[in-house]
Amino acid sequence: MSIFEYNGSAVVAMVGKNCFAIASDRRLGVQLQTIATDFQRISKIHDRVFIGLSGLATDVQTLYQRLVFRHKLYQLREERDMKPETFASLVSAILYEKRFGPYLCQPVIAGLGEDDKPFICTMDSIGAKELAKDFVVSGTASESLYGACEAMYKPDMEAEELFETISQALLSSVDRDCLSGWGGHVYVVTPNEIKERILKGRMD
Amino acid sequence: MDLLKVNWGRRKHSLFYYLFLASKQLFPLDLYLFSPNPFRFDQPSSSSRLFDFGRMSQAGVDVPAKGGFSFDLCKRNDMLIQKGLKAPSFLKTGTTIVGLIFKDGVILGADTRATEGPIVADKNCEKIHYMAPNIYCCGAGTAADTEAVTGIFLSNIDMVSSQLRLHRYQTGRDSRVITALTLLKKHLFSYQGHVSAALVLGGVDITGPHLHTIYPHGSTDTLPFATMGSGSLAAMSVFEAKYKEGLTRDEGIKLVAEAICSGIFNDLGSGSNVDICVITKGHKEYLRNYMEPNPRTYVSSKGYSFTKKTEVLRTKITPLMERVEITEVGEAMEE
Repeated sequence: MSIFEYNGSAVVAMVGKNCFAIASDRRLGVQLQTIATDFQRISKIHDRVFIGLSGLATDVQTLYQRLVFRHKLYQLREERDMKPETFASLVSAILYEKRFGPYLCQPVIAGLGEDDKPFICTMDSIGAKELAKDFVVSGTASESLYGACEAMYKPDMEAEELFETISQALLSSVDRDCLSGWGGHVYVVTPNEIKERILKGRMD
Repeated sequence: MDLLKVNWGRRKHSLFYYLFLASKQLFPLDLYLFSPNPFRFDQPSSSSRLFDFGRMSQAGVDVPAKGGFSFDLCKRNDMLIQKGLKAPSFLKTGTTIVGLIFKDGVILGADTRATEGPIVADKNCEKIHYMAPNIYCCGAGTAADTEAVTGIFLSNIDMVSSQLRLHRYQTGRDSRVITALTLLKKHLFSYQGHVSAALVLGGVDITGPHLHTIYPHGSTDTLPFATMGSGSLAAMSVFEAKYKEGLTRDEGIKLVAEAICSGIFNDLGSGSNVDICVITKGHKEYLRNYMEPNPRTYVSSKGYSFTKKTEVLRTKITPLMERVEITEVGEAMEE
């Protein structure tokens, strides 16, 4: 079994028209046993940047705390929030620093940049950035997610349509993965508001 | 001494404080001795890291590190692997990268597929990295390594592109390709091949056009045409058949595109589009997605319609504050 399959996870982010959506499953397991059904994988860095971390849950939480710390230092020094591109470079540098003993998680970063232009990117566990214009996926269900998103995605969707698309892609992919699922957690962010929704999925 | 000149925030600390901090970010000697983890063979000449023999790295306070690699998760990861969990696989750029020298300069080419095991992770990634205004480098191997070794995002002065820029400021001259080559090979050799980046470096400087290949262990070749990556054999066959000296720009671009296409179609690790970069004396042209021989032809115009909507259990809406533009009105204060 791979280290990434110890806890099980699924994270996906999609770009819409002046908005983005980021979604994850809610299961926390220890190999095949489920121990929690409300695990928080997506965290807010600031109002316009979210990071979803898949992989080993302990590294998810540690890495999140480290990143929030670095972002707070940045806010104190620069008196403003970090742009999503800058934040992605920061995460990449922190992960590459541990090149030979890496954090065992794969981040998905989504944010609204200048002029409300949405930005998404994902990285492997040592910080190789992969920018995309449409969607990014990560986690044990990533292969199904690639397929579902490739089929369901279309460019320039509005917030409600984007929510529906990302939810359907997430739920249909985690239904085919034993290690992730038990509901979904979706954040849709537009320049005016953040909508956080909990989805009902198959509880198996 | 570098230590004395560094500011921490806005206050200058004493030398003793730096010695204390530096000793916390030390090289974990016991990890090196008892586990097969790589470390640098050569000492950086202006070493700001002091060794405290026998003491493990204590990452108690996560102050931003002074650069370089940190090995503090190695022991835990080894323990997990011994318990039977497999190590993670990294994003590789399976790749076909090529370069050739033509009449007026250098042409570099690359495909755009990034793979994670057998899955295509990125259908359109960029493999031609900027090093200097007149030098570009294509990278194959582990994606994070090729990005880091050629990039500038790390604060560590060891990263080649930023070192080249500092050198340009210091000498007041354009960078030479041989300088970039030496910096890259020194870095890769010192990590004994563990930084898995195979590069094709090309550029035009005051001494003329140059093309080099650099292997992950640090050996280099200087060639009139070169290919690297998993598709290198497919591309090299095209070059060996059709290359001649003194090609014009259009002939050169056509040949490079043909070589990359042969890699795209025959090698499973390469795919998607062709990127080309043409560097001549004083001028460069980066043709991103010069050719797209694999467009997606099955897009349905009416999109995907969902018959059953997702069930939502809870919704929470957080309105974001309006962003206010502050414009300075009135006159500035005068003394």
